[in-house]
Amino acid sequence: MPVSLIDGESLLAIDVGATSTRAVLFDVVDGQYRFISHGSAPSTADAPIRDVSEGARNAIEALQTVTGRTLLDVNRNLIAPAQGTGTGVDALVVTISAGPTLKSVIVGLLADVSLESARKLSETIYATVVDAIGLNDHRPSDQQIDTILRLRPDLIIITGGTDGGASLSIQKMLEPIGLACYLLPEEKRPSVLYAGNQKLQEGVKGSLGSLFKDLHFASNVRPSLDTEDLEPAARELSRMYVNIRKKQLKGLDVLDTWATGQVLPTGYAMGRMMRFLSRLYSTSKGILSVDIGASASVITAGFHGKSTLSVYPQFGLGENLPLLLQHTTLENILRWSPLDISAGVLRDYLYQKSLYPSAIPATVEDQAISQAIAREALSLAMRKAQADFPRSAATLRPGMLPLFDPILAGGGALSDSGNPGHGLMLLLDAIQPIGITTVIIDQNNLLPLLGAASSRNSLLPVQVLESGAFLSIGTVVAPVIKAKYGTTILRATLTYENETKTRVEVKFGSIEVLPLSNGESGELTLQPLARADVGFGSGRAGKIQVSGGALGVVIDGRGRPLQLPDDAVRRRELIKKWQWTLGGG
Amino acid sequence: MYAPMYHVIALTTIMRERLLPVNGEVLARVGQKVSSSDVVAEATWAREHALLDIAKTLRVSPAKADKMLKVKEGDRVKAGADIAIGSGLFPREVRAPREGKVVLAGSGQVLLELAQTHFQLRAAMPGTVMQVIEKRGVLIQAIGSLIQGVWGNGRADAGTLVNLAEKPDSIFNGDKMDVSMRGSIILGGICKDAEALQVAAEVPVRGLILASLFPSLIPLAREMKYPIMLTDGFGSIPMNSAAFKLLSTNAKREITVNAELLNRYSSTRPEAIITLPVSVEPAPHSDFEIFTIGQQVRLRRPPAMGSLGSIVSLKPGLSVLPSGLRAQSAEVKLENGENVLVPLVNLEVVG
Repeated sequence: MPVSLIDGESLLAIDVGATSTRAVLFDVVDGQYRFISHGSAPSTADAPIRDVSEGARNAIEALQTVTGRTLLDVNRNLIAPAQGTGTGVDALVVTISAGPTLKSVIVGLLADVSLESARKLSETIYATVVDAIGLNDHRPSDQQIDTILRLRPDLIIITGGTDGGASLSIQKMLEPIGLACYLLPEEKRPSVLYAGNQKLQEGVKGSLGSLFKDLHFASNVRPSLDTEDLEPAARELSRMYVNIRKKQLKGLDVLDTWATGQVLPTGYAMGRMMRFLSRLYSTSKGILSVDIGASASVITAGFHGKSTLSVYPQFGLGENLPLLLQHTTLENILRWSPLDISAGVLRDYLYQKSLYPSAIPATVEDQAISQAIAREALSLAMRKAQADFPRSAATLRPGMLPLFDPILAGGGALSDSGNPGHGLMLLLDAIQPIGITTVIIDQNNLLPLLGAASSRNSLLPVQVLESGAFLSIGTVVAPVIKAKYGTTILRATLTYENETKTRVEVKFGSIEVLPLSNGESGELTLQPLARADVGFGSGRAGKIQVSGGALGVVIDGRGRPLQLPDDAVRRRELIKKWQWTLGGG
Repeated sequence: MYAPMYHVIALTTIMRERLLPVNGEVLARVGQKVSSSDVVAEATWAREHALLDIAKTLRVSPAKADKMLKVKEGDRVKAGADIAIGSGLFPREVRAPREGKVVLAGSGQVLLELAQTHFQLRAAMPGTVMQVIEKRGVLIQAIGSLIQGVWGNGRADAGTLVNLAEKPDSIFNGDKMDVSMRGSIILGGICKDAEALQVAAEVPVRGLILASLFPSLIPLAREMKYPIMLTDGFGSIPMNSAAFKLLSTNAKREITVNAELLNRYSSTRPEAIITLPVSVEPAPHSDFEIFTIGQQVRLRRPPAMGSLGSIVSLKPGLSVLPSGLRAQSAEVKLENGENVLVPLVNLEVVG
């Protein structure tokens, strides 16, 4: 329930990640909510401590050291609400992505309708689909039973049937699930979500209710063939996810009590924030958020108040790293590296890093490998997520990424990129935005925490967003064009507030930067050549107002889709040159 | 900041839980001395089923089909046994496809359990059962040397330790293996060839302790029937000097290798144990410490990945690393005398 600013509620937000736990303090300063500071500590979900609350307490203590504000009492319990003495906080919210990837079985009727919705649902949490049961599944029931018994899923998502539509087929599909779960020991039975034909809810309760303590219902994800509504089921699934984690991870119940039940999966919280933002800043373009961390790559996109959320544990940079090779090749990863690194060294890196997900690159070579992997993982995640973006989303060419403005980016890989230039390079390579967009780095990884806070206090996210807690990189212009390297494709003129001008002629295959500091603004005139399209139409010129950032205006003249040279030496030289242009060594 | 531990300890008290994956029967008693191959608990679960649609086969309603059943829940049936017989002069029949047990019968259907998995939980370490965990397993205590690994192929066994690694970076290629090593646990170095693993299987050995393994050999290593434990990881990483010294000086002793899978959340990890006779029980080891000056540490990532060193100083605030990242760091003096700056998250305390 929204709280009035007059209440001046201070809020502590904790994110329990796979490798680190962060505590972030928000409070009212000069009548506006502000990000005050953050503290972090290694996560303690895993051995030897195996208690997530310990990592949270350590992170809060680190925050106490920075702010000088006492938040924990002598027993290391959270002081809430805030006391007159200035100690404590009024409220706490928690997001969590730590824990082993969940295994889900999806059940639906048609592969490209309800099963597809079930897959999307499963991708809103940190889960991998290990089996799918649908109408086209020709395995006999006993084989389906044995598969479920062997896979031991944490979760079963049942969809299918439009409201008032098919019921017999769904009931038939429930049979092997019920029987398999009957055969499983009670403590090993999965949580079940039913989000299919609403007419069948009572029947499902009747046939599965006695078997599952953890049977949940949500409104139909496919109320009609041409309508998909994932949000109510995703909300229910996020609650189920937290309940599963509470059983798996000691100490989460403590945080849940402190937070009075305000615990959300990190990805879901991010999706909520994107929905919130896309309603707030409604434009013809979409808004995009990417987060690449140890647990997963998370892609969320907002289009006119609606959002898509895709959580991909298979593209996480932690213990799942070797799985990346099921989706790409060593050569594909190495094409992003500015250094000459052998495939063997890269393969060793992927496996060794999976043993130590919290380790960070300390050498130049390790950093080059780590950033190449991050590019490939994010690129794969984007390609997969793009399939779920609405077809009506505005774009410049069919099949290309929709137009997004802004693009927000966070997560460990961005923090580990070293400087804003390296971070932007990673995003330009992996996302390949088109047209004109603003790129914002969430250097404190606040986005999911603001999403979690938004249900408690709707003012806080807006005011924190506007307070400069995020690092604006600046404006990116990415013309859609294919041309020969060295062909002039764009002339750009930036007119500063003091009427001085900077001009640049952009050649295909180059990246150019027009400096414009944070807080400054200017008028950018773009004259595309050779039918390049920046969003005004093929070869059409235009003017826009732009705001400054850490880098200013960046023109990515490498064309879309980005095609790196096949010649490895030339490619590495170009990558180094591009990085140098963006201020990275 | 908490320091993760990597245990290489010459003498310690080791306590380990051995648990069944599902509830079962615990066979060991408190106070019982066990060897690594002793079965301490067992459990059975169904692996394969047959769902027989009686009503459909007999072409009758489910209620009528239930009346035609010749079996009830719990019955054991032989292959071809009558499950249900229809009515009429030439009645249709439903027979058991294989030998099994009726687990459910009703609503016109019969569910048969055809095959079971019988799981035996072995002690996987020599020691004394200190506690029985009802239906799940036991807590075992051993006293001796402990050498932890970073990866295991999921198997466990025991035998006499034979050292085939002259130095920490020796290549293990199987050349030196012969039939005299049958039933032994081999201390190797870096394994690059599939042939070395196959030769070890042909001898056959009871286990391999390797420094590192090429990732391409992981599928084969998983297939091997003997345990394989890696002390340092994947690629061409030499064995860390602490593990090499402790293992190589214990050649010809009885050693147990429990190469169980590393699970960050359940705290299981591969390890080797050499039990030693003692008059006084040593203190159990600590599972975590706080980073302090003088601690012996292992480097998890380059520079000097896998090397040991000692912390010379803990840097205040954040230090800028050669990679350009900023992180809490320590200056570490390596065994070769070189000093390097290492982020704390890339260190683990050895001891």
